[in-house]
This record gives sequence, C-alpha cells and structure tokens, in this order.
Amino acid sequence: MRERERIPSGCAVAGVLSWTGQPVGGETIIRAMRVMHERSNGLGGGFAGYGIYPDFAELYAFHLLYDSLESADDVEAILQKNFVIEHQEAIPFWEHSPITDYPVFIRYFLRPRGSEDEEELVVQTVMTVNARVEGAYVISSGKNMGVFKGVGYPEDIGEFFRLDEYQGYCWIAHGRFPTNSVGWWGGAHPFNLLNFSVVHNGELSSYGINRRYLENFGYFCTLQTDTEVIAYLLDLLLRRHKVPPAMLGAIFASPFWSEIDAMEEPQRSFYKAIRLTYGGALLNGPFSIIVGFEGGMLGLVDRIKLRPMVGGWDKDTFYLASEESAIREIAPHLNEIRALKAGEVMIGTVKEGVYHGQEFAVSRI
Amino acid sequence: MAKSLLFPEFKIERDAKRCIACQVCVRQCANAVHSYEEDDDTLWSEEERCVGCQRCVTLCPTGALEVRRREVGFRENANWEPAFLHRLYKQAETGGIVLASMGCDRPYTIYWDHLLLNASQVTNPSIDPLREPIEIRTFLGRKEASLDVDWENLSLKTKLAPQLELSLPVLFSAMSYGSISYNAFRSIVEAAQEIGTLCNSGEGGLHPDFYSFGEHIIVQVASGRFGVTPEYLGVAKAIEIKIGQGAKPGIGGHLPGEKVSPEISRTRRIPVGSDAISPAPHHDIYSIEDLERLVFAIKEATGYRKPVSVKIAAVHNVAAIASGCVRAGADIVAIDGIRGGTGAAPQVIRDNVGIPIELALAQVDERLRREGIRHRASIVVAGGIRSSSDVIKAIALGADAVYVGTAALLALGCHLCQKCYTGRCNWGIATQDPLLTKRLNPRIGKRRLVNLMRAWALEMKEILGGMGINAIESLRGNREQLRAVGLREEEARLLGVKMAGEGW
Repeated sequence: MRERERIPSGCAVAGVLSWTGQPVGGETIIRAMRVMHERSNGLGGGFAGYGIYPDFAELYAFHLLYDSLESADDVEAILQKNFVIEHQEAIPFWEHSPITDYPVFIRYFLRPRGSEDEEELVVQTVMTVNARVEGAYVISSGKNMGVFKGVGYPEDIGEFFRLDEYQGYCWIAHGRFPTNSVGWWGGAHPFNLLNFSVVHNGELSSYGINRRYLENFGYFCTLQTDTEVIAYLLDLLLRRHKVPPAMLGAIFASPFWSEIDAMEEPQRSFYKAIRLTYGGALLNGPFSIIVGFEGGMLGLVDRIKLRPMVGGWDKDTFYLASEESAIREIAPHLNEIRALKAGEVMIGTVKEGVYHGQEFAVSRI
Repeated sequence: MAKSLLFPEFKIERDAKRCIACQVCVRQCANAVHSYEEDDDTLWSEEERCVGCQRCVTLCPTGALEVRRREVGFRENANWEPAFLHRLYKQAETGGIVLASMGCDRPYTIYWDHLLLNASQVTNPSIDPLREPIEIRTFLGRKEASLDVDWENLSLKTKLAPQLELSLPVLFSAMSYGSISYNAFRSIVEAAQEIGTLCNSGEGGLHPDFYSFGEHIIVQVASGRFGVTPEYLGVAKAIEIKIGQGAKPGIGGHLPGEKVSPEISRTRRIPVGSDAISPAPHHDIYSIEDLERLVFAIKEATGYRKPVSVKIAAVHNVAAIASGCVRAGADIVAIDGIRGGTGAAPQVIRDNVGIPIELALAQVDERLRREGIRHRASIVVAGGIRSSSDVIKAIALGADAVYVGTAALLALGCHLCQKCYTGRCNWGIATQDPLLTKRLNPRIGKRRLVNLMRAWALEMKEILGGMGINAIESLRGNREQLRAVGLREEEARLLGVKMAGEGW
C-alpha cells in the first residue's frame, strides 16, 4: 500500500547545467551528492536528467513505477488510448547494488495519436494513471528527459540506475532526510510533470492552501507530499499561465509589501498584481528548490532564506547545491560562487548563460 | 391592572458602610433604578428596572454597589429555564413579540473553541515577529485567475478589479447611525481611518459629517434604501447590498420614530419622528437574477470603481446562495452567522434562526473552490468574532477577513446587557438621548478601538510566526493549520479539518 501521509523532510539538493549544451555524464551529479551524504538518511534519493534520450527526443518518455507488474496491462491500456507506444523497455539497473528491495521500472516512449493539445493530454494521462491504477505511478513524463528515484542514499540510487551510462545537458538531484520513515519509492524526489522537475529541501507551512488552490485549477494531489504541489504549480504557472521561469520567485517567494511599496511604477503595480492574483501559490515556510525545465535550470530560496543554497558557474557549466562543498567537488575552477539571497532566482539556460536576481530584470553575469 | 408576574433579573447589593450617598448611581442610571430619599439620606434601588449594564457599579466611587444575577427561587426545572418563564410572563402580559439585542446568547456549539492551531517545531522554523516581517495586509475584491502580461516589457494588460486594502483582516461591521449614537459612529469611523481598515455605515445612510472619511467606509444599500443617494454611493470606498443579517435572517428592521431625531432624519432622508421600516426582502430582489441587476446597477452608477459586497445571513443553504451571489457579480460576499449582533430583533428569531458562522464559512469556501470561482469574490465573515484567535481560525477556514461588531462595541464600553432596543444605553452607545450620548467621548472611543486592533494585530503576528507563516495569504483556507478537538467526526468533516492528534 502507498503511504498517504505527508512527510516533511530535510534534504540535500544539487543541480548541474551545461549552458553550452555539451553533455555531462550522470556520475558527475552522483559525486556532488556523495559529498552531502550526511544531509540524507537513506530514505530517499533521486535524479532527473535532461537530454538523456536523444534517440527518442520527440517522444514523451514515461517512467513508470510498478509495485508489481500486474497493473501494467491497466496502465498500458490507458496509455494506448491517446498514445502510440513506440518503444518500451525495463529501465536498466545494477543487479549487484547494495539496494535489494526495489519495485519494477519500465519506460515507455509515446507518440500522441491526436493533434489536440498534447501537453494537456499528457497531464491528464498522468493524473489518470496515478489516481486510478493501484500500484502504478508515473514518475516522469517529459520529452528527452527522465526521473530516477528510490529509497536509499542518493549516490546508491544513482548507481542502482547506472546513471554513469547516461549523458545529459542538465541534472538535478535530491537526497532525503524525512522525519518519518517511508518505504515507497514514488515518494522520493524529483517530482515531475511534463518537462518540469523539482527537487525540494524544506517544508511548506502553506501546503494546506497550496493544495486547495491547485484544486481550483483541476489538480488533485495524490501523494500528500509538499513537493507534489510545487510540481503542479510549476505546470500551472510555466505551461498554462506562460509565466517565464525567471518570474517564479515573484510568485513562490514574493517580495514583502514593504519592498513593493518602495518600488517605482510600473513595477509596483506589477508586483502587487502578482501577489493579489497568486497569493494561493505563495510558498511559505523554509525551502530551497531546484527546478529543471526544457533548456534550463533554476534555484530559488524562500522569502527569508531559511534553507541553504549556493550557486556557481565556470566557463560552460552552472551549478546549484545545498552546500558549496558539493559544487567544489565537481568544479574545482569556478569563476564565481555565491549564496542565493532570500527570494532570489538564479537561473541558467542553454546558450544564454546564467542570470540571477530578485527582480524580473535580472542582471546578466 | 394586575400586578406583574415578572421577577427582577438582577439583585442589587449596596454596602451601606461604603456608600457615601453621592448619588452617582442615581444620575447614571437611565432606567431610573436608583433613587435618593432626602428625608432620611438613603438610597433605594428598584431592582425590577435593572438591566444589568453595570454602569453604576463601574462608576460608584467607593465600590459600594454590586449587581448580580438574581438567584430565582423557582423549583429547578431543566426544561423551563428562568429565561423562558420570564419571556412567557412578558408575552402573557403584553401580547407582543419579545425583543432582544446583540447576538444569540444560547449555548450552541462555538466551533472556534473546538479548533486548535498549529505551530512549527524543528522541521520548520517558527518565525519571530520581532525580527522578521509578518504580513497581515489584506485586499478584498475580485481577483483574477491568471494575468495577461507582456513579460518582455513587464507591462500588465489585465485591468485589476477595484480592491479594498486593509492593514489587518478585520473590518467594523455594519452599525447604523440610529442604532448607535453619533459619538459611537464617529469613534468607529475615526478608528477605521487610523487603523487602515474600513467600517460599515449600516443601512441608515451616512451623516454628511462623515463624507470626508469615505475612503474608510463601506455604505449599505438595504431594503429600506435609507439615505441612498448618488453622493452616498460616491463618497464610499465600497458598497454593500444587505440582504440579510445573522441576528435576524429573513426579517426586516424597524427604527422607531422616537429615535428619528433631526440629525437622523437628515441622514436617513425621512421625516423627523417617522418610523424607519426596512422591509424583510428588497422589493426589487425576488430572485438571484434580480440581485445581479442591482449589483450591476450599482456598478454602473459608480463607474466600476468600487467593489460591491453582498451581505447574507448564514442559513441552511448558504453555500449555494453564496455561489449565486458570486455569479451575480458580487466582489465580496459577507456572511453573518447566528451569533451576529443587532440593535433590535425578535428574540425568537435571534435565538433560533440561522447557523453558526464557522460551518457556513467552511461550506462556502469549499463550495466556491470546488466550482473554481473562489478567486472571483472575497469572503468576509461576521457573527461572534471575539478575539484574534477567532480571526486566525476564520482565515484558516477560508475567510479573507472578518467583520467585528459586538467586539467593537465592547471596546467602547458596552457590557452586553442586550437592551439596545430600549434606546436607554447607559454607556452612550445604543441611544440617541443627548444626555446619554455625551457619555461616550469619541476621542477616547477611537483610542480604545485602535488599541484593540493593534493588540489583535500583534497577537495574529505571533500566531502566524509560530506557524512558520509570514504572509496571511498562506494561512487563508489553509485548514491543515487547524485541528478539531471535542467535535464529532461529522462536524470535523463539515469544517474540513482533521481531528487533533492526526498529523499531516
């Protein structure tokens, strides 16, 4: 049975983005996570890799977690309703891994049958599988990307999924320190919907309203985790409301009214409108998150910086991590490294470099 | 006429050793309870006239007086409480409807007292309001589901609906000039301005002296339409259509002619001495589509520059009614629960009609969210908000803000004797008698209201900080912060909260 309780947790997060677009091997992010071993307690670890399926780049890659393969027929029937399964295979894993108790992972590469709103179709399919099929869960559903996660220390999970055999332009990762034991692999981070993935260190005091706010837009949380609401908020804001990723800070960690009052027009009206409209999407409580999206990665910390996050970059790569040591481990020659400020977005996109700032008009570095 | 069977409700004890026969009690009591016998220099009290307002007790310089509930000598009877006997005798003697004031005082479950708040420990740091900002600024009015923005140039294409900005999520309830005194009204209006919130004119129009405070006044359009003029609508910050009141759902209002002084006549636009009668329904609103027409008539008349609120009483089908109000164009839905106060209402209505505001609020918020229209109107709740923790619990259940009426009057000196309808308020609040009204100094009244709101704001910030929340919007509708204690599961389900002891 799935654990339906919401489990708050402390954590380690890290991300790597090659903003020149050249591939980075999965072992790089595993090394960064290994340094932060003590931030996790072996009850959850996971990774999202972007650009890892160049041969199927145009297809939606669904990673399915099955408690048992008995439910595979039901899932495949749902998938085939709207998609052609172009290819499917078991996700390879290391059989001699110290991790011995694991569910079944299968990935499907899907081509939509119709020409209607494909992304909406993917979202609906994910919601249907997760809500209706007992013992099956879609853990990622983007194009040319995938999520690998489970119960264990992150470095062990990375090796279990043989991530050193993948190459991607972006990786984000998570090590979990839940304050309550949970034995379910789907509860680990990252959480994903379409191309948006999020890893999260923190606990949301605003969870109760974030969840109800999302119900207003037809998202129903099935996992009872804080982070699930962030994944759905990302879909709502970035995909449906076309909010640029750099503006997420203004919504998730909005400036204080005193700061807005001190702004010049038209900025003041603009930020006021954002707060009035997206109050239910404000994330309150301590958090630092890394969001992976198509062609980029961003880091964001809460309004009063209650959780750590540092960002750094060298000539071709952008790094984010809970601790500086994780970045130093994989990037000995950094051009710059700095702690993110409260409410600050630090964002890197392929071909465009790294931006950061609390304002929309972020300065280029 | 036969001797009345009514028994005094209060017992007055005068300590002869302390009493100095200064006659303060004689002069202070508008009900003429106390009298002085010059012949033998003694004071005498007629207890059957006493309403228990405690004015004489408070002002007696030597503490010689004590007014207590009188222990009635009837044989105990759990079915026939003394209050029922009292009312029954009164009706047998007069043949009339028994009036009452303030809110329902029956011991129905007060759900606020069965809801407990959360705080952060270890996994989530609590926030110290002395060190970090905790924001309780609140905006009322229609919100957008999403914004149309030119992200390149940071320009907003969506035109936002007009908003009421409050420094804290508390407004002063509708209390008309007429039901309360000029000085009480002035105390409230000036306090609203200093606090940075709004008060509500009630249905009695607006005295021209207060036009300059319009930015802090919501004016009412009620079934009697008293004082509704273009100017009245023009000076206000927002307009509220009053459909119902928690103390008397389904019932109109009646300001007796003897209270219609020249000043009140000027405010209500009715002749001096004539009764001001508000019909039970609006005679141009017999259906939801009629409400829509009035909402938009008001919006047209005010150029869509002011939010329009619709105030309804919490009745059984309140969720569907509120949904209809939102769809009819209300920018704010104000809901008044069974414990909401009044200047005068039939006691049988006050005590038996309507439902507790907590249940109404929980159902309305849930219904609007399920229909995907919660953002289209703010919810303001009224009726029995007694403290900052009640405010916090209301917001966690889903309210945007609360109205306080009784709490504000208490701050002005009210002692809840529930006799507002007599017009002889010894505290100078619910009266038009010039000798009584001057007992309330509006400068002092304002200061007391400002103090109360300041204290509540500080307490709310402490509570929010403890929860690890630094903006009120993260509490609004956040029922995870509430747990039920001492409730049945069905009640907890209706409130949308888990039982105490359950984790996330």
